[in-house]
Amino acid sequence: MEILVCVKRVPDTAENEIEVNSDGTDIERDDLVYSVNEWDNYAVEEAIQIKDNVGGSVTVVSVGDEESEEVVRREMAMGADNGILLSDDAFEGSDGKGIATLLKAAVEKGKYDLILTGAQADDGAAQVGGMLAAMLDLPYASLVNKVEMVDDKKIKVGREIEGGNQEMNEIDLPCVLSIQTGINEPRYVGIRGIRKVASVEIPVHGAGDLGVGADAVGAAGAKVKCLDYYVPELGEGAEMLEGSTDEIVEKLIELLKAKGGLK
Amino acid sequence: METALIAPASYSFLGIPTILFSILIPIAGVALFTYIMAIRIAPLVLAAPDFRFNRIVERVVKVVRIWLLQWRQPRYKTAGIIHIMIFAGFLVLGIRSTSLVVIGLSEGFVLPGLGGPLGVVYSFFKDYAATMVLVACCLAAYRRIVVKPERYAVPSKYGKDHTSEAVFVLGMISTLMISESLFEASAAVAQARQGLHVEFIAPLSLAWIFKVMLTWASLSTLQGIHIIMYYVHDLVFFSFLCFLPMGKHFHVITSFFNVFFMRIDRGNIKPVRHGVADDKLDDLESFGVKKLEDFTWKHMLDFYSCADCGRCSDNCPANAVKRPLSPRFISIKGRDLVFKNYPLYPYGTPFTKGDDLIGNIYEEDEIWSCTTCGACEQECPLGIEYIDKIVDLRRGMVDEGMVPQSLQKPLRALEKRGNPWGKMEKKRADWTKELPEGCDVKVLGKKASAETLYFLDSITSFDDRMQDIGRATVKVLNAAGEDFGILGKAEKDSGNEVRRFGEEMLFQDLKDQNTDAILNSGVSKIVTSDPHAYNALKNDYADLPPVEHISQYIARKVKTGAIQLKAAEGNGKVYTYHDPCYLGRHNSVYDDPREAIDAIPGIKRVDMEKCRDRSFCCGGGGLMLFYEPEEEQRMGVLRVEMAAKAGANVIVTACPFCLVNIEDAIKVAGLEGSMEAIDLAELVDSHIEA
Repeated sequence: MEILVCVKRVPDTAENEIEVNSDGTDIERDDLVYSVNEWDNYAVEEAIQIKDNVGGSVTVVSVGDEESEEVVRREMAMGADNGILLSDDAFEGSDGKGIATLLKAAVEKGKYDLILTGAQADDGAAQVGGMLAAMLDLPYASLVNKVEMVDDKKIKVGREIEGGNQEMNEIDLPCVLSIQTGINEPRYVGIRGIRKVASVEIPVHGAGDLGVGADAVGAAGAKVKCLDYYVPELGEGAEMLEGSTDEIVEKLIELLKAKGGLK
Repeated sequence: METALIAPASYSFLGIPTILFSILIPIAGVALFTYIMAIRIAPLVLAAPDFRFNRIVERVVKVVRIWLLQWRQPRYKTAGIIHIMIFAGFLVLGIRSTSLVVIGLSEGFVLPGLGGPLGVVYSFFKDYAATMVLVACCLAAYRRIVVKPERYAVPSKYGKDHTSEAVFVLGMISTLMISESLFEASAAVAQARQGLHVEFIAPLSLAWIFKVMLTWASLSTLQGIHIIMYYVHDLVFFSFLCFLPMGKHFHVITSFFNVFFMRIDRGNIKPVRHGVADDKLDDLESFGVKKLEDFTWKHMLDFYSCADCGRCSDNCPANAVKRPLSPRFISIKGRDLVFKNYPLYPYGTPFTKGDDLIGNIYEEDEIWSCTTCGACEQECPLGIEYIDKIVDLRRGMVDEGMVPQSLQKPLRALEKRGNPWGKMEKKRADWTKELPEGCDVKVLGKKASAETLYFLDSITSFDDRMQDIGRATVKVLNAAGEDFGILGKAEKDSGNEVRRFGEEMLFQDLKDQNTDAILNSGVSKIVTSDPHAYNALKNDYADLPPVEHISQYIARKVKTGAIQLKAAEGNGKVYTYHDPCYLGRHNSVYDDPREAIDAIPGIKRVDMEKCRDRSFCCGGGGLMLFYEPEEEQRMGVLRVEMAAKAGANVIVTACPFCLVNIEDAIKVAGLEGSMEAIDLAELVDSHIEA
């Protein structure tokens, strides 16, 4: 099975304090650390497990600046066979559709039976997987928490539904799946693993290589534009507790007691 | 010399000279033993290298103390004394048994040097030694069969009980003692009856009792006993020799070597591979122990040497709270695997290359359950090592990506931010903001320098509660007039647990960054309030200025009078000091913290039953805080209960991780109000004479 996994480099929510910058155009990025989007990491692990079971290869692709190479490399250290970076100044400012357009071009440069994306990204809108499938005119299953091999024509995929119940679907190959966290336990990638693939060549494709018109992607091609970032005003009945953790907890307990939530 | 009985060397039975047996039994015995030992040594040759042929003097001292003088045995009084009796008896009787073998060939044989008065002295001791060993064997068998101490039990998941093997060996030893004594007694009775020279037999010894019992036996009975007992001894002696390498009694042979080659330094971790420098680690094909042969030869020798006494597991905190780890079975399972893969009867392929250890022999959770507290190694009377094995197995798991999700996050955060919570580097010194007026802390760098570095490590820098330890330490250093500073955002996690959790390359990164920062700061000494940092800087890092734990610093300053402490307010407080593993066992700092506490006039302090080198781990530090083990209760809760039992109502620790675990445990145990925990630095700070 030839598998392509689309991954994204995102600010790590666990290791950053996200703040909006003063002019509201972006978040404060000076002190951020980045990592691979958590959902994508599960998707790569799933792809590697499928490969280990039925053979084939796993390719990881990312759209981003040259620093995105770091996450591609990390996923290769995890066990992906190939990595591709889609990078070009012209790609900057792409909206979801622009990203999907680029990934579509990358998919068409290869021959894949299965294309995986994360269900969403920490800094995203959970739209690329669906758009990519539509553009490729491939079957699509979202929020997948289970993948079972049937044969080389079709697979079974599962989705959690309300009440903790499980739904199973059959889907024809090739197809696009968006992967939910919890589908597996991603393996650890140590410093040693990353160093082992440190010198592996990762091809970089620009607009020309992909045959994508500069007006279809990037800021020029974006039909959705971000207007503003801001901290919402306190609404009616909302209150922000401030102080040290102990003080906050104390105030919270007081409030809960005062409102009868705690006896 | 005229003798009343025909010696085995001259006797004939049904026309067959028994000397034939005297020749054949030793030849067969030695040949079989050599064959068995060759098979047993084979895996050691194939094992990973281990540099242990150094520091001979220190090793000899270990042998004298731990092997010859059985230093660690009396830590378990009854079993220890019984063992010392058997061990001492063996040392004495080894000479006798060897010369007996030769006597079967040449009846007048006396070992060189034992012909004269020395021989008489030896004979005297030997008779009592045999008696003592027999008594000890009976006591040991009684313990095994009737008393059945808990620590000998084999949980069902680890296979069947080992009592029969133990009792069988005790039987063999007893047979040796009895046959030797009867051999001697029968000759003595016959000699006396014929009015010939009688070898001296020590009164009330086993041989002496037999002599009395045989007084009225006929000469032919005596002759029969003499010959039969000789060959019983000969046969059992060589059977015993060949039986030893079959199981836990292999330690009779290996213990000498195991103790000679045992760990000398403490607090350190073996290199990934002996002979490969840190900067060449990238060239290694594989990391850590994944298959049996990845263990070093010393670690395999450890497997052979385990006597199954269960002292390690009896002191193991993980075992005490029913985590899936029992150090004893790390050894036993390892030994069983060596025996299985290197069988004595090689049908088909002689040796099987092992499968992956994890998943087949050891379980992931078993290996992650260890807090590396070192109680097992401290206790082992044979110098068996566990921490390095556990770390090597973890290195193998990390290399294969087998790391629990709960540990992956903190490891990633350590890689990115230099602390396991992923807090921002620039906030590392935020704790100083809440220091009182006039209490300033220099952040060392281009603009500021100092004589002493206060190394905080991550938990004291970032944890709300533990920052109090940082502030207390600063106040103590100020009070003592120390010229000191901190590294601020240049400080990274010391990596003590990063290394012990098997992520060696990440540890190397952290070590390099800290080493650079420390050397660049130009300080001439380092003080820390975190024993894990203390251990890492002292034992894992190299070429740093000398490192001191704050308890040592306080003890020193109290002695010189630089720190003056005011009297404790009575108010019914009874203090007990909990020895942190990385201060006590790993670095032998036991007295300084106690002296520091006792320097507070009028303070009442008691010790817990498990204290000093038998201290009971609070639950582990560093990454262990993030690991979610399967366990029935928390180690900290047991520890808090021990403190209550000792009559204390304040537990003083000298480690931020201990404080986290013990404060949590006090809540879990429902002892809030009747028990409290405090760090040594906080205690001292609150008693500084203003």
